[in-house]
Amino acid sequence: MGNERVRIRKYNGHQYSSRNLWTGILFGFGIIAFIDEVVFHQLLHWHHFYDKSTSDIGLVSDGLFHAFSFFATIGSSFMLADLRRRDAFSLKRWVGGILLGAGSFQLYDGIIQHKVMRLHQIRYHVDILPYDLVWNFAALVLLIIGIVITMQASPKRIASEGKE
Amino acid sequence: MTNHHMSHSHSGILSLGPSLLIPVLISLTALGLYLYAAWSSNQRFRQWPTYRYACFGIGVLCSALAITGPLAIWAHLDFRAHMLGHLLLGMLGPLLIVLSSPLTLALRTMKVYWARRVTQLLRSRPLLLITHPISAAVLNIGGLWLIYGTGLYTVMQYNMLIHTLVHFHVFAAGYLFTASMIYTEPNPHRTSYTLRSLTMIVAFAGHGILSKKIYANPPEGIPLDQGQTGGLLMYYGGDLIDLVLIFIFCLQWFRSCHPTSVTHSSKRISEIVRGEPNELI
Repeated sequence: MGNERVRIRKYNGHQYSSRNLWTGILFGFGIIAFIDEVVFHQLLHWHHFYDKSTSDIGLVSDGLFHAFSFFATIGSSFMLADLRRRDAFSLKRWVGGILLGAGSFQLYDGIIQHKVMRLHQIRYHVDILPYDLVWNFAALVLLIIGIVITMQASPKRIASEGKE
Repeated sequence: MTNHHMSHSHSGILSLGPSLLIPVLISLTALGLYLYAAWSSNQRFRQWPTYRYACFGIGVLCSALAITGPLAIWAHLDFRAHMLGHLLLGMLGPLLIVLSSPLTLALRTMKVYWARRVTQLLRSRPLLLITHPISAAVLNIGGLWLIYGTGLYTVMQYNMLIHTLVHFHVFAAGYLFTASMIYTEPNPHRTSYTLRSLTMIVAFAGHGILSKKIYANPPEGIPLDQGQTGGLLMYYGGDLIDLVLIFIFCLQWFRSCHPTSVTHSSKRISEIVRGEPNELI
């Protein structure tokens, strides 16, 4: 039994490596959206349920992202359960995906939504520069760590280690 | 009571009066039929699961609460109560009733001749058209945009026929939408999980965007504070029920792609033919 599980995991982990990554990325999107909404909208009240300055496009993109993040969180949890059921779960690949998803969304939010489209800012009536720097720098750090972890757990690398 | 309401009620506003009785009659009839069908099915097949009785009972109660009794009267004068009613009639009620599998139960109880007629009807072109996820979503969310985005909300406060039609539409479209997103009953034309998940995301976004619009610009004649509370209620209440819907949807996906099990739809057929109720959902 034990031996068989190991054999299956080696085989499946390979086959499902991109699904492990996507499960993580989706979960990362969901987590970062949740943190944004709970911490910045509801606890700190830095930006709100509805910013009067928000354009129609902002309203639509916000709505779509909100619905998507809900779906991503629940859907990716079931995908994770499915990977475990198939003995194909790779923790490293999944964690890498989470960091990739969270980092890339936060960077997109910080650069495109805040600066290019000017939908809303992190905070109002303060010098915004330090906030923007911390926000985007944190996003970049998440993204880089995510890339490193994902590369470490890439199927090619695992395959070459297996041969040695 | 009247003094408070007079402040924003209009002279020609509808008196609900006897119309409040009709939902009670419909609900009691529905409950009676459901119980009879379950009893009849229990005579020949395995016991109908208890949770389905509960879902049906609470679902009917939720829907009825929105259109009759104190909440309906209050809803007529206060937008916050109206929005609570919308959540009960258009979302929670339909979801619970869908989960109680009334169609499966009806097909089991009917004579074969009639059951065949019903399945024929389900396969007919108009029904195929409106039960498609995309059209069901358009009917549901599009209908809401019409009610709150145009002057329809104001009109329905003065015209009994439109008032009734709008309430019927909200329930029917909510039911149609729920039933075409999660497949708990026989459905001749099933669509893929991908199509349904994309439709759901767009539909939920449409619901969220509309509630923000209402928050910022309430329908004509609604005071701003009522509009804001109503908008918040619609947004977060909607989210809560959407979460349940997404969870069930994902659970069905999880079951359907089990590496070794038979598919969900073939289980469904077994439920009607052999009368063995499946476990939860």
